[in-house]
Amino acid sequence: MAASRRRPKAQTDSASKQAASTEDLIKYYREMLLIRRFEEKAGQLYGMGLIGGFCHLYIGQEAVVVGIQAALKDNDDVITSYRDHGHMLACGMDPKGVMAELTGRRGGYSKGKGGSMHMFSREKNFYGGHGIVGAQVPLGTGLAFSHKYNKDDGLSAVYCGDGAINQGQVYESFNMAALWKLPVLYVIENNKYAMGTSQERASAGELHQRGAAYGIPGHQVNGMDVLEVREAADKWVEYIRAGNGPVILEMKTYRYRGHSMSDPAKYRTKEEVEKMRSESDPIDNLKRVLLEGAYVTEDQLKEIDREVKAVVTEAAEFAQQSPEPDPAELWTDVLVEA
Amino acid sequence: MPIEVLMPALSPTMTEGKLAKWVKKEGDEVKSGDVLAEIETDKATMEVEAVDEGRIGKILVAEGTENVAVNTPIAVILGEGESVTDAVSGSPTPAPKVAAEPVVKDTGAHAPATLPVGPASGPAAAPPASDEDKFFDKTVKKTVREALRDAMAEEMRRDPTVFLMGEEVAQYQGAYKVSQGLLQEFGADRVIDTPITEIGFAGLGVGAAFRGLRPIVEFMTFNFAMQAIDHIVNSAAKTLYMSGGQMGCPIVFRGPNGAAARVAAQHSQDFTPWYASVPGLKVVAPYSASDFKGLMKSAIRDPNPVIFLENEILYGQSFEVPESEDFIVPIGRAKIRRAGTDVTITAHSLMVSYALAAADLLEKDGISAEVIDLRTIRPLDTETIVNSVKKTNRLVTVEEAWPTCGIGAELSALMMEQAFDYLDAPVIRVTGLDVPMPYAANLEKLVLPSPDRIAEAAKKACYRK
Repeated sequence: MAASRRRPKAQTDSASKQAASTEDLIKYYREMLLIRRFEEKAGQLYGMGLIGGFCHLYIGQEAVVVGIQAALKDNDDVITSYRDHGHMLACGMDPKGVMAELTGRRGGYSKGKGGSMHMFSREKNFYGGHGIVGAQVPLGTGLAFSHKYNKDDGLSAVYCGDGAINQGQVYESFNMAALWKLPVLYVIENNKYAMGTSQERASAGELHQRGAAYGIPGHQVNGMDVLEVREAADKWVEYIRAGNGPVILEMKTYRYRGHSMSDPAKYRTKEEVEKMRSESDPIDNLKRVLLEGAYVTEDQLKEIDREVKAVVTEAAEFAQQSPEPDPAELWTDVLVEA
Repeated sequence: MPIEVLMPALSPTMTEGKLAKWVKKEGDEVKSGDVLAEIETDKATMEVEAVDEGRIGKILVAEGTENVAVNTPIAVILGEGESVTDAVSGSPTPAPKVAAEPVVKDTGAHAPATLPVGPASGPAAAPPASDEDKFFDKTVKKTVREALRDAMAEEMRRDPTVFLMGEEVAQYQGAYKVSQGLLQEFGADRVIDTPITEIGFAGLGVGAAFRGLRPIVEFMTFNFAMQAIDHIVNSAAKTLYMSGGQMGCPIVFRGPNGAAARVAAQHSQDFTPWYASVPGLKVVAPYSASDFKGLMKSAIRDPNPVIFLENEILYGQSFEVPESEDFIVPIGRAKIRRAGTDVTITAHSLMVSYALAAADLLEKDGISAEVIDLRTIRPLDTETIVNSVKKTNRLVTVEEAWPTCGIGAELSALMMEQAFDYLDAPVIRVTGLDVPMPYAANLEKLVLPSPDRIAEAAKKACYRK
C-alpha cells in the first residue's frame, strides 16, 4: 500500500456524513470500487487486444457518478459522453453486458455494434454513451423536455466534461432549458484536461458560472468526495424537481489514466497524478471514513473487495466467452420495421 | 495463483513495442495502479500499470528489449505465499519476437467470414402496398401548405405524443404559414417556438424522441439544418444501430429544401442526396398536395427518423386531395404520373412539374415519355423504375441538386446493376449546374433544370434531334 498523506479528519466530518446511513456509505464504497476494478480490468483487456478502438477509463472520477446517482430516482435519466462505463455501472447496468460490449460480443448491451462509447439501457434509463463531444447536452435536454411534456416528475442528469462545456450546442441547450424551466441537472465533470489541453489553456472564466447569463444556478463541488457530491446533488435535485428549471454542478475531479488508452500523458507531471492519487482518492477517502467512524471492520471491507473482484472477473470471463456477433447482425437495427 | 503480466497494446494499432525501462524490480511489492514499466511504441513512451496486487516474482523480458510482441508475458506477479516456482511460465522466457497469439478464445461459434448479402445488394424489393387510389373518389382542392397543416393537425389529434417545434411555428404561424392555426388548436405545450438554435433544438427533439415522444422538427429551410446535421446523422440515424435496436428515434425533420427564387447561394441548395446517403434515415420529397398529406401522415407514424423535404414554390400550388382522414401514402412507393412508352423520366419534388411539362413538349414531337414521381428517395422504389426502363429502354433523371454523387448518379448506377441489358441509350442526368446558386435572375434560371432541358435530354436519349 502506498503511504499517503491523509487529509485532516475535520474535513471528513461535514454534515453530509451524518446524513448518510451506514448502509449508504457501504453502498457508495461498493459502487465506486466496482467502477474502479471494472475499469482496471477493461484496461487490462485492452492491453491484451481484447478491447479495440477507443476506450476511455473513468478511474479517479468514481465519486462523481456514484454521488449524483444517489440523489436520483428510478424515473430519472442519465446521459453522458464517451467516458461512460462508470455511469452505466452506477445506473445498475449489468457489468457482464457492459464488458461484453467492450469486447464487441453478442452478449454486449448493443450486441457488439456499439462498443465503449455507444451503450444504452432503456430499462435503466441510461441514454448513452455519445461519441460527439457536447452532443449529449441537447439530447439530455430533450430527455428533460419529455419529462416536462409528460408531467411525470422525472428529470435528466446530463454529464459533460470540461472540454464539452466549450461547445456551442451546450449554450443553445442552456438557453432552452432555462427558458422552458426544464428539469435537468447539468453535471460538468471537470477532470482538468480536455484530452491533452488543460482547463487553463481552453476555458475562459469559471465553468460553474457558464449558465449565469441564463439565470441557471451553478456550483462547484469537490468531485473527489462522494458525500459532498451527494449532498450537493440532493439539494439541487430537489430544487429542480420543484419546477425551478436547470442547475449546473461543476465537479472538480481528476482522471488518473490517460484520455484514452493511447495517451502518453505528457501534458501533466507524474507528481501531479501521484499527489491526487495519494491525497484525494475518492475510494481511499471513503474507506477511511468507514473505518474511522467504525461503520465497518477491515474484514468487512475485504469481503466487499472480494465480492467486487468476483463480479468483475465474472464480467471479464463472460466478455471473452460470449461469441462474436453473427454476420447477419450487420443488417439488423438499421431501421425499426413498422 | 501467480499472474502473468502481458505486453499490453497501448493503442488501437500497436502490435509490438520496446520494453524501455522497468520501474519495479523483482521482489518489489506492487498494488493496482502502480507503474511497472515504460514501453515505447512508434508514437510515444507510455507507462504500464499493475492491475493486480502482489510481489514481482520474476521479470521475463529484460529492459531495452525491442520488438516485444503484444501479449508476450513480461513479468510474473505473485500473491501471498506464492513463489516463482508456482509461476506458470517461471521457466525459460518465451522468445519476445514470437508473434502474439490471438487471445480471443475460439468458441466454435464463428459464422462464415464471407459478407452476407444485405438488403441493399439483392434484386429490387417490391415497394410497400398502397390503397391510396381508392380515396380519390371524394376530393377537395387544397394547397400543399394546407395539406401539410391538415396532416400534422390530424396526427396531433390522433396521438398526444406528437408535437411541433421550430422557429416561428407557433405565434407567427410558420415562416411560410405552414403551421397556421396549430397553436390555437393545440396550445403552446405542443406547438413550440424555439430560439434560432438549430443544433440545439434538433438535438433536443432527438432526445425527446429517445423517450418515446414524436417530435416534428421544422427547419425554416433545410439550408439551416446544416447547423443541425450532426444530430440528424450521428444521433437520430445511428442510435438504433449503436444500441443494438433498443433506442428508436421516431422524429420528422421537415422544411423547405432546394431553390426558392432569387435568394442566392446560401439559401438555395438541394440536400436530397446528402440525406439519401445515410442508413437509418428515410427521405421523402413529394410533389402533389395529396402526397404531401399522405406522406406526412406516414412520416409522423413511422418509428424511424424521416427527412421530409418540402419546396417553397410548391407551398401555394393547389391539387385535389382526398377528403378522408384515412388517406395515407406509404413511404417507399413511387408514382407513375404519366404513362409512356419511349423514355422514362424520373423526378421528385418541384422537378416533377418540369418533367410533366417536358413530357407535353415531347408529345408534340411524337415522343411518349413516362414520368415517375419518386416521392420517396430512401428507400427508393427501384422496382417501379426498373420496370419502366424495361419498357422504355431509356432513362432521364431530373433533380435540382448538383450533379456529383446526386440522385441521378445513384439511378445511373442502379440501372447498370439492375437494368443494364434493357438500356438502349446511356442514362442522362438533368441536374442543377455545378456552381453555387447565383443571385441574378438570368443566371439563376440557367442553373436550374427546365422543361426544355429535360425534353432535350429525352430526345438525346431517344437519338432524336
